[in-house]
Amino acid sequence: MIKVSSIYVKYLLSRPAMGAGGKTGTWRVRKPIVNLDKCIKCGLCWLYCPENAIDWLEDKTVTIDYDYCKGCGICVDVCPVKAISMIDERVV
Amino acid sequence: MINQQNMINRGVRRIMVGDHAVAEAVKMARVNVVSAYPITPQTLIVERLSEIIDRGELKADFIRVESEFAALASVYGASAAGARAFTATSSHGLFYMYEMLWWAAASRLPLVMAVVTRALGPPWNIHDEHTDLLAIRDSGWIIGMASSVQEAFDMTLTAFRISEDERVLLPVAVGLDGFVLSHTTEPIYIPYQEDVDAWLPPRNPKVPYVIEPGGEPVTLGNLPKSDLYHELHKAYMDESMGEAKRVITEAYNEYSKLTGRDYEPLIECYRCSDAKYLAVTMGAWSGDAEIAIDELRNEGYQVGLIRIRYIRPFPDDELLERINGVKGVIVFDRDYSMGFGGILAGELMGLVPSNVSFKGVVAGLAGVDVSPSEFQTIIRDFINNTEINGAMRVRRWWYIPNTNGGD
Amino acid sequence: MVTMSELHKYGRTKLIMPGTAACPGCPLQIGLRQLIMALEGKLTLVIPAGCSSVIPGAAPYTSFTVPVMHVPFASSPSVASGLVRALRARGVDGHVVVWAGDGATADIGFAALSGAAYRNEDIIYILADNEAYMNTGIQASGTTPKKAWTTTSPRGKAEDKKDVALIMLMHKVPYVATASIAYPIDFIDKVRRAASIRGFKFIHLHAPCPPGWKFPDDYTVKVARLAVETGMWILWEYYQGKLTISPPSAPYRDKQRRKPIEEYIRIQGRFAQLSKDDVREIEAMVDQEWGVLMRLANIFNIS
Repeated sequence: MIKVSSIYVKYLLSRPAMGAGGKTGTWRVRKPIVNLDKCIKCGLCWLYCPENAIDWLEDKTVTIDYDYCKGCGICVDVCPVKAISMIDERVV
Repeated sequence: MINQQNMINRGVRRIMVGDHAVAEAVKMARVNVVSAYPITPQTLIVERLSEIIDRGELKADFIRVESEFAALASVYGASAAGARAFTATSSHGLFYMYEMLWWAAASRLPLVMAVVTRALGPPWNIHDEHTDLLAIRDSGWIIGMASSVQEAFDMTLTAFRISEDERVLLPVAVGLDGFVLSHTTEPIYIPYQEDVDAWLPPRNPKVPYVIEPGGEPVTLGNLPKSDLYHELHKAYMDESMGEAKRVITEAYNEYSKLTGRDYEPLIECYRCSDAKYLAVTMGAWSGDAEIAIDELRNEGYQVGLIRIRYIRPFPDDELLERINGVKGVIVFDRDYSMGFGGILAGELMGLVPSNVSFKGVVAGLAGVDVSPSEFQTIIRDFINNTEINGAMRVRRWWYIPNTNGGD
Repeated sequence: MVTMSELHKYGRTKLIMPGTAACPGCPLQIGLRQLIMALEGKLTLVIPAGCSSVIPGAAPYTSFTVPVMHVPFASSPSVASGLVRALRARGVDGHVVVWAGDGATADIGFAALSGAAYRNEDIIYILADNEAYMNTGIQASGTTPKKAWTTTSPRGKAEDKKDVALIMLMHKVPYVATASIAYPIDFIDKVRRAASIRGFKFIHLHAPCPPGWKFPDDYTVKVARLAVETGMWILWEYYQGKLTISPPSAPYRDKQRRKPIEEYIRIQGRFAQLSKDDVREIEAMVDQEWGVLMRLANIFNIS
């Protein structure tokens, strides 16, 4: 039986989901690429990524979810060894 | 078969003012969180609750806030965390809450608020009128208006039952006239706590939802993906207002078994079963109007009184049933909508067919007294006029007593 | 002190669900992630009107992963007060956190903030300060710095920034600190120390906003760091009766070690119209601010 109360709050309550603000990877004009040869596995790009689009994996390397990365470039700025570079989406 | 004799006014007889009766009802409802800000004529409620909590008679948190806006916001937060919560205010305080009133109602969280009615300035005036209470009528609050200290008590207690019902989940405002009820002593019957406890169990904190750390990660109130969701949400609120009529009726039926006191749930009729003319009132001056009805009946006028107990949900079907077949309806408003007239008159007029005489009277603002004989004269004039000249259609008529402005 | 190795456990946890409606480079997202890490997800957010009302995206979905109440602009400290009282009465622990912007805190909600602080409600209040009404399109607030351009201060704001953290200190609450999204370890440590105290905790988090301050999206952390390195944003903490300059700001007690404030000002379009005299005036204000804090550190010094 569906509870009456759950009907009344059906359009009021939200639950966590990826892409609640859209497929934000399509906003991107520049794309960050990680050079794992240079990466020192410090995790700073993960820590500062505003979008939580970077995962800091078990081996402490990182991977970027391009479905949602908005291409802000903060990861490039905070990388202490310049292991991340931005490439122009429109060229590639 | 219930022994009627034993059912009459089961409880303890005590003498108290309206504000203290409300506080007593809040205590008996075993409210968990109280928050309010002082404003005349509501202040006695918070003072009394503060004492009751301080003495340990009610195990509750009293949040001594810095404004009425904060009072409503904090009991709203308490309700979201699963508490049974209460606040109270008047006039300017109610208007200071205005934004939160709408937010709280549309959050579908149960809450009860007493509104001790009072005029709005300028000039400053602490006396009674109903404009404040009626100004929140579109917000999604269920709105009742008591006519006696006993009813203020009963309405406050039943409000928790109604608000928390899964078919309703809307906040309830209980109106009582400033000073006329709030500061006036009447003997009332207080039910036994064990009876109340059996009838009003503790609130289920999970209904309709609970916001708590470590709980289900629900978000309340972010922008909707589709505006249609927003519209549907509001349509559900209105539907619940409809359900509330049935819930109010059930609540008073059960309450009468508990206490022996019978109320007609949404509107009450006084000598109107055979009436050809109806007067309509709301609140404490209904007692004076009843005296006028008695006098007019003695004069031979076939007239009765409808007293509105709940203005939201709007008792349209209940009123229609009474209006059907009468020759005239006269509505007394102790409130106004500027540029429009009395609020009740405006709302009722749509239910009155054009061949039925209708008059809206604005009177008694800012605590100006309207005596039974004044009611009597106004109603008699309306009936005589209709009988002689046929149906009238006057939405607003300001009744200003002839007193030379007090000079 | 929290370490990166400790935080690694959240390496694959979506503390915020990607695909938010935030602008690229949004500092609020950076701060919010750090906050959720600090409290290990055991929190409820109360969020007044502002950017964070929009950032989580559209219902019936949200990017936020903890229970959240979005509430009217001026109401968040009051709603949080009621919420926490009811939770504690029900025996529920965990933190009630107000996540509010500068408009909600320093302006429209200031009375409610003052009330909740003086009642010492068991709340963590984070002022995520992007120094203007950004959600409505960059209007000046009580914390917009002097001389900054906004749409409602087209020639630069004439009034000085309200020092909200010091005002809260004078409410005699048990914990007050400033923080910056550029210094996550400092911020997380502060949130954790705050969380260890029962009562009202206030953290003023500096959050540079790319579109509002007019700098490139990738400069958010750089600008926040420059604010500290130039001494324009001072990290301090009041805890257990003692006021201290926090480690990231400690070197800048010595004016000689501060970077020239031009480095902070010249990369922001909102300060584009500033003359050399304007910059000198701001520098004098910074020196004065340091003077006040150093004196307060001497006054609030139980040792």
